[in-house]
Amino acid sequence: MTESNLSSRKKRWEILMLMSLITGILWTVASRVPSAVGAPLSSLPSPREGFPAPDFTLDTLDGSRIKLSDLRGKVVVVNFWATWCLPCREETPALEKSYEQYKDSGVVILGVNLTSEDSLNDVKAFVQEFSLTYPILLDRDGNVSNYLYQIKGLPTTFFINREGIIRTVLVGGPMSETFIRSKIEALLQEFP
Amino acid sequence: MFPYLRLGPFILPMAGLALLAGLWSGLSFTEREAARLKIIEPALSNVIFYSLLAGLVGARVGYALEFPALYSSNPLSLLSLTPTTLSPGMGLAVGFIAFAIFVQRKAMPIRPTLDAIAPGLAVFMVFVGLAHILSGDAYGAPTKVPWAIRLWNEYRYPSQFYETFIALTIFLIIRERFPKPEGAGLNFLLTVALSSASRVLLESFRGDSVFWPGGFREAQIIALIIMAISFYWMRKWMSLDAVSTAE
Repeated sequence: MTESNLSSRKKRWEILMLMSLITGILWTVASRVPSAVGAPLSSLPSPREGFPAPDFTLDTLDGSRIKLSDLRGKVVVVNFWATWCLPCREETPALEKSYEQYKDSGVVILGVNLTSEDSLNDVKAFVQEFSLTYPILLDRDGNVSNYLYQIKGLPTTFFINREGIIRTVLVGGPMSETFIRSKIEALLQEFP
Repeated sequence: MFPYLRLGPFILPMAGLALLAGLWSGLSFTEREAARLKIIEPALSNVIFYSLLAGLVGARVGYALEFPALYSSNPLSLLSLTPTTLSPGMGLAVGFIAFAIFVQRKAMPIRPTLDAIAPGLAVFMVFVGLAHILSGDAYGAPTKVPWAIRLWNEYRYPSQFYETFIALTIFLIIRERFPKPEGAGLNFLLTVALSSASRVLLESFRGDSVFWPGGFREAQIIALIIMAISFYWMRKWMSLDAVSTAE
């Protein structure tokens, strides 16, 4: 290839590159969304990261009722579990330890038991065995786990910030105490 | 969307499997391209393997550095298999630095080595798109276009399908002999530039963008910067080649 050929090819590529860059800049400016700054990514609840956590009201093992949206302003960890699930059993002590450590810092851990696939007596025995102090919620008809939160496997854990937005979803386990605490710490730092 | 496959007590994340398949395909395309460019294949495979490993370690250490007190009291947690305790930015940076060091130490020709990686990188991006289709991540913004898909309780742009289609197009451009700038290293830079350009375009259809003041999307700004850097080096390497041809 001659020198002049090379030079003209180079020039053509340079023009193409410059035009692509200018088009990219114009597209970026044109697709700005000024109203989106600081707004939540989505307003419709969905069980995934970046979305508002679907609201629910469930009975607790001790007979009271808890509504998720009443906990707005607190960091909430929602852990779906069952007594027959081995990883759930393994991560329960870490959850209890984390709850004891953070309960006075505005952190709530909710253990949602899939009661529709479990036995209430087993749940009570489980709570006694691990001396659990965080609230255990009973999903008797499976509505919350199957439909609202679309649980595909156990355990599944949702880490929700003070504004009710899901920040982390972990399907499977067991979670280590370090993992749980790192996620809680990140959420506490988000809105101190 | 098909995020998980349940096999007895095991829950397999399908997106993770797609990424593994992408890694495997990427490596095999890289090996083939390395053979075509007459680069010593085992050396390149080792460099890629150790760079990925370094990137993985960097990503975990990067995450741990955000919570030094937690990880110093329980250092074994560094070995946890949980993918949500990784810092992607740190992983990428460490992987890149490791790659540069290994290439230099093995005295490999930098520009042809980068070219050998280009088709592998392009095919990996196709699998990233497939992983997003499976997991439902990188979802589109709500829309009323007739081809919208219902995902996460709303009708949205099928951004994961756009992403996969464009990545496949880029792969074909890189793999096949379309008119391209000629010269060592330029195929790699073109891959990076086209991938960045596709992100600039597609980010506008995404529903999970991070916004900067003024309503600018973070990913678009970063992609524009990467695109500009790629073009700068393409121009520089083309000039160098023109000078050496003239001589």
